Amino acid sequence: MTMPYYASAEQVMRDRSEYARKGISRGRSVAVLTYADGVLFIAENPSATLHKVSELYDRIGFAAVGRYSEFESLRVAGVRLADVRGYSYNRRDVTGRIIANAYAQTLGAVFTEQMKPFEVELCVAEVGDGPDSDQLYRLTFDGSIVDESDFVVMGGQAEAVTSHLRQHFTAGMPLADALRVGVQALSAVSPVTAANGGAHDQLPATQLEVAVLDRRRPKRTFRRVVGAALAALLSDEQPTGAEAAPAPAAAAHTPSAPAPGTPAGLGDPSAVDTAGGTEQASAQPDTQDGVGGGTDGGTPDPEQ
Amino acid sequence: MTETSAGRSGFPPAYLDRVGSSFTDFLGTTAPDLLPGRRTLPALPVGELAPHATTIVAATFDGGVLMGGDRRATMGNLISSRDIEKVYAADSWSVIGIAGAAGIAIEMVRLYQVELEHYEKIEGLTMSLDGKANRLAAMIRGNLGAAMQGLAVVPLFAGYDLDAAEGASPGRIFSYDVTGGNYEERGYASVGSGSLFARNSLKKTWRPGLSADAATRTLVEALYDAADDDSATGGPDTVRRLYPIVYRVDAEGAVRLPDDEVAAVATTIVAERSAADGQG
Repeated sequence: MTMPYYASAEQVMRDRSEYARKGISRGRSVAVLTYADGVLFIAENPSATLHKVSELYDRIGFAAVGRYSEFESLRVAGVRLADVRGYSYNRRDVTGRIIANAYAQTLGAVFTEQMKPFEVELCVAEVGDGPDSDQLYRLTFDGSIVDESDFVVMGGQAEAVTSHLRQHFTAGMPLADALRVGVQALSAVSPVTAANGGAHDQLPATQLEVAVLDRRRPKRTFRRVVGAALAALLSDEQPTGAEAAPAPAAAAHTPSAPAPGTPAGLGDPSAVDTAGGTEQASAQPDTQDGVGGGTDGGTPDPEQ
Repeated sequence: MTETSAGRSGFPPAYLDRVGSSFTDFLGTTAPDLLPGRRTLPALPVGELAPHATTIVAATFDGGVLMGGDRRATMGNLISSRDIEKVYAADSWSVIGIAGAAGIAIEMVRLYQVELEHYEKIEGLTMSLDGKANRLAAMIRGNLGAAMQGLAVVPLFAGYDLDAAEGASPGRIFSYDVTGGNYEERGYASVGSGSLFARNSLKKTWRPGLSADAATRTLVEALYDAADDDSATGGPDTVRRLYPIVYRVDAEGAVRLPDDEVAAVATTIVAERSAADGQG
């Protein structure tokens, strides 16, 4: 009974990377794009309740792929860090860089010190005052951090989606255009559209989780685009020209001008789906309970 | 403090721990010094040294609830602030007004706002109105020791109940006592030193099913009556153009009424009272 006593550090790291990479590529992709008024998150996610995209703070959003249980605990840690910091200093003192750094350190430590690395890839997005100051931080399972300015694609067939986006993405697109480009890029490789027998098919609204960080909103800029607002944006996304695009974009954003006395630190009260959590409030919550339930958008759990 | 190290060495273990959705509970384990209820209490009563905020009133109307507060804070027999704000939006669907030791109360409001937002972000859902009222009660309970040293905080909480049954009034008001007792009020409520006078005023002017405008007038008038008889409550300040702060919570969410609107209501009331006096 001999146990292999020695494995080179190189070999160990390679094995772990391999393992993590496999886990991540099994899931479905998430794309994070900058557009004229902020940052757009598009995730292929059939579940309406197990989110891959969420709010961290006023101007900071979070997107993740991989194992749900792992990125969910990282998301919660990010919300806690942001809230503790904002409470003990000031809301303006919470930046995407601080949160991204904490993620990088944690992921790096887990990767080197523990048997099993986290099978996750994260994006921390921060919206600035102008398009130039938007930041996208991409974090991989080993704690590497890359700072992108246009878009980030993670998980699934990220390579294919990235090359599709590279061809069609232009900086400063209006929301409807950015959504169209992003959804097309995801649809091109999605198993859902492939099953329908053609890469030309678009992912339907039920398969998408869409959210924005809209710099024009006061305080909390994160907003989920769900139900009727998403359907309107998607249905108008055929390239009908510049005239059609602004209308749905404006409709989805009408509440962006704050009413006098908008509560401090809160979403816009006139938008019912405001602040990430109040979809319940909208008249027609477009949720389908249990769709794709379980982990990570219905992908098979690697360990089962 | 553990928090500062988080940026450099990744998240401390507590941050990645089991998922709790309460910000207060989380602070209790990671940075208890930040919680208002966890500090060493002053050995002697210090109530005279701390600014105190006074009268808050709230009243329901046909589509929600209104809350208003005067602008005065007092320290013993002195006025320590003429333009303090004592009514805040707690989140998109609820408002909180504070009476009592202003410093602790404002800190508590800040903590409470983060508590609700934190829950919302972690759970992806807004807390139920009763849940919010309970969380606030727990916070007040933690302050009992300080209350015994003259630093009592007594809030008034009101919100729009998104889960209200058909036919029930969606606007609800909760009042508290220093021990954290939590009581749901019918129709209207008031707290603070001028609350007796404000309540009597509301008793005569408030009716179920008032419109928003009529209820606003009722509320501002109650504050006027409180200021009339209570030295610690400020009336409309026409010299500095400072008027009560009024929040409205209805199906649209919590909105602070524009100063002009409140000023117009207050000016009308002053003119009417002046005319009715008839002794000049």
